[in-house]
Amino acid sequence: MSIDFLISVIITVVGASTPILFAGLGELVTEKSGVLNLGVEGMMLVGAIAGFATVDMTGNPWLAVVVAAAAGAAVSMIFAVLTLSLRANQVATGLALTIFGTGLSTLIGHGYTGRPIKPFTTLFPAALANDPIGRLFFSYSPLVYFSFIMVALVAWFLSRTRGGLILRAVGENDLSAHSIGYSVIGVRYGAVAFGGAMAGIGGAAFPLVLTPLWAEGLTGGRGWIAIALVVFAGWRPGRLLIGAYFFGLLGTLELYAKASGTVFTALLPSEGWAALPYVATVIALAIISASKAGGGNAPACLSKPFTPAA
Amino acid sequence: MLYATPVGAVIVTMIVGALVFSLITPPPQGFSLPPANPPPVDLSTILTSIGSHLWFGLQAVYQVFIAPLVTSYKWGDIAVKASPLILIGVGLAVGNRAAIWNIGAEGQYVVGALAGTGIGLLTQKMTGVWILPSMLVAGLIGGAVWGAIPAALKNWFNVNETLSSLMLTYVAIHLMNHLVTGPWKDPTGFSFPQTPLVTADQTLPILVPGTYVHLGIVITLVIAVIVWFLMSRSLFGFQVRVVGAAPSAARHGGFSQKATVWMVFLLSGALAGLAGIFEVTGPFGQMSLGFPQNYGFTAIIVAFLGRLNPLGVILAGIVLAITYVGGDMAQSVLQLPNASKGIFQAMLLFFLLASDILIRYRVRVVSSAPAPMPNAAVARSPAE
Amino acid sequence: MTDIAPRLGLRGITKRFPGVLANDNVSFEVKPGEIHALLGENGAGKSTLVKMIYGIMQPDAGEMLWNGERVTIASPKAARKLGIGMVFQHFSLFEALTVLENIALGMDANIPQRELEGRIRAVMTQYGLKLEPHRTVSTLSVGERQRIEIVRALLLNPKLLIMDEPTSVLTPQEVEQLFVVLRQLAKEGCSILYISHKLHEIKALCDTATILRAGRLVDTCDPKVETSRSMAEKMIGGNLKTIQKPAGREFGAEKFVVTQLSLPGAGPFGVALHDISFRVRAGEIFGIAGVAGNGQNALQLALSGEQTTSDAQAIRVDGEGVAKLDAKARRLKGIATVPEERNGHAAVPDFTLSDNSVLTGRDRLKLAISGILRPGAAKKYTSEVISSFAVKATGTEATAGSLSGGNLQKYIMGREILQRPDVLIVNQPTWGVDAGAAAAIHQALVDLAAEGSALVVISQDLDELLELCDTLAVINGGRLSRAMQVSGVDINEVGLLMGGIHGGSAPVESAAPGAIGVGATSAA
Repeated sequence: MSIDFLISVIITVVGASTPILFAGLGELVTEKSGVLNLGVEGMMLVGAIAGFATVDMTGNPWLAVVVAAAAGAAVSMIFAVLTLSLRANQVATGLALTIFGTGLSTLIGHGYTGRPIKPFTTLFPAALANDPIGRLFFSYSPLVYFSFIMVALVAWFLSRTRGGLILRAVGENDLSAHSIGYSVIGVRYGAVAFGGAMAGIGGAAFPLVLTPLWAEGLTGGRGWIAIALVVFAGWRPGRLLIGAYFFGLLGTLELYAKASGTVFTALLPSEGWAALPYVATVIALAIISASKAGGGNAPACLSKPFTPAA
Repeated sequence: MLYATPVGAVIVTMIVGALVFSLITPPPQGFSLPPANPPPVDLSTILTSIGSHLWFGLQAVYQVFIAPLVTSYKWGDIAVKASPLILIGVGLAVGNRAAIWNIGAEGQYVVGALAGTGIGLLTQKMTGVWILPSMLVAGLIGGAVWGAIPAALKNWFNVNETLSSLMLTYVAIHLMNHLVTGPWKDPTGFSFPQTPLVTADQTLPILVPGTYVHLGIVITLVIAVIVWFLMSRSLFGFQVRVVGAAPSAARHGGFSQKATVWMVFLLSGALAGLAGIFEVTGPFGQMSLGFPQNYGFTAIIVAFLGRLNPLGVILAGIVLAITYVGGDMAQSVLQLPNASKGIFQAMLLFFLLASDILIRYRVRVVSSAPAPMPNAAVARSPAE
Repeated sequence: MTDIAPRLGLRGITKRFPGVLANDNVSFEVKPGEIHALLGENGAGKSTLVKMIYGIMQPDAGEMLWNGERVTIASPKAARKLGIGMVFQHFSLFEALTVLENIALGMDANIPQRELEGRIRAVMTQYGLKLEPHRTVSTLSVGERQRIEIVRALLLNPKLLIMDEPTSVLTPQEVEQLFVVLRQLAKEGCSILYISHKLHEIKALCDTATILRAGRLVDTCDPKVETSRSMAEKMIGGNLKTIQKPAGREFGAEKFVVTQLSLPGAGPFGVALHDISFRVRAGEIFGIAGVAGNGQNALQLALSGEQTTSDAQAIRVDGEGVAKLDAKARRLKGIATVPEERNGHAAVPDFTLSDNSVLTGRDRLKLAISGILRPGAAKKYTSEVISSFAVKATGTEATAGSLSGGNLQKYIMGREILQRPDVLIVNQPTWGVDAGAAAAIHQALVDLAAEGSALVVISQDLDELLELCDTLAVINGGRLSRAMQVSGVDINEVGLLMGGIHGGSAPVESAAPGAIGVGATSAA
């Protein structure tokens, strides 16, 4: 196993982890405000097709990222209106959003199957990536670096800013926040929109960073893994980063299993490797949820609708 | 109001759906920017454009919702598709009443089908009246076992059942892919990834000659009625409702939350598994890569649209089955991708959830008691 | 003499809600530096009035004057800007955050943490309030939590401080400490609007008392001149009835014995029970006093069977050990309990009263046989309860959530009492209940005891316990004091026991947060 091969593996894992990381960060902020949005998979798909279509039409990947974020946020507003203003059940609405987003992205993406687009070029000039170390650090698309920046930004926002404090307060005790005078609904709308935007970018990362093609349902359940990840990370951005990369690694193993043939498949048939991330998620959830620390860290108002008395 | 809103949701979906599809009339080659020298735009071009878009939208709604109803030879199809939706939907309705969210019904459906198929492969060379029932029972058990896993995880490890049951769905599908392309592949099937066809003894009796309408449909309806009786008249139904409405009160009343979780998951898992084996011994005749039809997910919509009442689920199942058949018709007539029926189905659920506020708001106004202080609602307890 | 404008003036304030007139043409004034009581029972309109003063709601009619000038107080922020501070009865605190973060959230301006901490320490020194800014709120006692609210209000340099039922969660000693702070504030010129229904406190603390009843102002008087009884009668609007306790009661054999009952705390914030022991004879009413959050809920769950222990003999009924049995089995043995939380624990708000009867009565009353419900029998029983206990409801099919607090509590009590339990344990029987319903409930409890049942009454209201009970003990930090005869009890000693003798109290018990609580709603 040469250094080059190892570096290639790492680069692949980074690519695979980036969508999960974006979606997970968005859902983390949403949940911190007390809202459980299960529509991540649907929002990611909408972002993916929005980004894909934008690049196909304009050739500008930066614009595609913006459009993907906007599309994800827009679709998340359906969820927000239903659950925040109309007080619908959050679980059912989130599921409906996933089904909707899946159908919508398939419908829009119908004419695009099989057409490649220009993927995101790397951020740093190719010259920097000549040697293995250079490749390890400098050969990624801008979205990857952006994802790291977002982790830091979200962590800083939540723990050090007044806005983050208010968001956390709303998630811990919405009635108290309301009586102090904060707009619980307003904060939650913002949190949901952020979650939608991040999911949209995460979805767009599939065609822009990984494989520059469109396929129906190309996120393959990653949105659900992102949601599980937030629980697994105890609602902390730093742990989310680690978790996203862990699951990115597991997901990559399936590719290598298929490619390398017998070595991997002797251990486990290729579908077993494909199922591994999901099994691992279940086990991780069991470990975390069973421990007092894990279960006790959830924002206290999570998934409960806000019902002010007045 | 409680039973009018599903009807309202259907109507609103049709109207809004028409608008949505007018806007997103997908060009065959995907969307593109307007050309550099656009042709001159005048009022008639605009009107024609709007007109043709609207016409497309209306046609889409017609194909998905109305066409199946007026095409009599499609009625059999509707019944066939309604059967799994109703059967799974009934199980999910019970679960949702208990505030237990089984999102993995699709996985339980697949595993039930696999379990039944397994028995079928073992008994391929045999004959006997007992073969079919044993496959059905295997389907029940397989689905129940797959449903027991999220129940165990919830009871023993406090794992959120939504996430665990969903993850297990993906595992089930991968398991199915493995078996169907490998050990269970039909040796005489020209290498297609599918299991052997069921034998005569393994096929559900057909009720209406010339169609796929099978005995399973009748069994489904009977089960729905039985579950309805259970939910409204039995202590089990009461227990389910209390656990869902107020878990502390349920415990106070001597009902075990954990036991309820087990019962609900075993029931909905078993019903989903039964639906799966019905499909294998009925319309499909075998299992293949295309076996999962998303019934497990659509059944969630069916459960809600039916207001979590097994009798309502029967009607709702028929409505969603119509969209399945309609989706096929829209594809052949309008070249609309089949998956777009998901947009309609999701909208049904959206509008139903949105209409819930009308019910809740009405209840609040009607029951405004003589001298309640608005403060009293905020006050939870002294020990807070 | 110059006419000093009153700090706060209300003229003709009226507020309507669907179906109820909460405030009807209320007018009074609060002078600068005055401690002004706002007196009335639950439902009289005090909270609504005060919410309008603090800007949470707007009056439908009437005007408010601040230092003689007309003002419209559009929001809590506007109120704070004027100089009005409020300490709510139900704290707006965030358990998982620190004291400093909680206070920061209550401030309107964005003050850097270090400066805020300095200001907090200054206020604490000035008024003798002790707090540790970096502690998480979940670890604090109720008295300490109230201090956070007070400090938060004081940081704004208020000219009017509104205190909403501040002493319902304090020990007698903590009440004294609070009074010291309030008197100092008043001396410095801050007006205090003190909402309470505790007459002896108002007599001790306040300069003026405004009495509300059913939304109307009944009187503004001087509590130092009035008697508690005269003020109480104005509050209730009639003659007070004293409870009819049969004279010369004798108690039977020991019926309900708890021995060394211990349980670990439920969840990360739960209170553990340590070696709780007490005995109740047939016909006796045993009271357990204590400040909220010292294990009352844990004790009720342990006695009802919602929590079981491994030692069957820890709880004995007529000599038989029942501590291993669950709630269903214990009911069959004749043990009934009434939890503190009406909506969500004792009763299901969305269910009809009939269904709520099935909830606890199905086994003893045969409301369900062989797994099939008997709705006719349930309705019949519920009708009995409604008529025996004068429950104001539209019928047996009214939902529990549609009843007012007092009526729901009467129904719940009736539901349990008419099952003729041998042992009845009630937790906070009349909390949030109007005086009429409270009296009815007290009488029903006394009557049940007279028939030979053993009663355990857990309450924060010492007055209620002293009136009802024969024997009294105090729960603190999950431990029970020795039993004392109520006749001749030393209030001072009880107060010290409530405060844990050494003055501090245990961290507050609260509901354990579970995993993502999908779909499960708690009572609102």
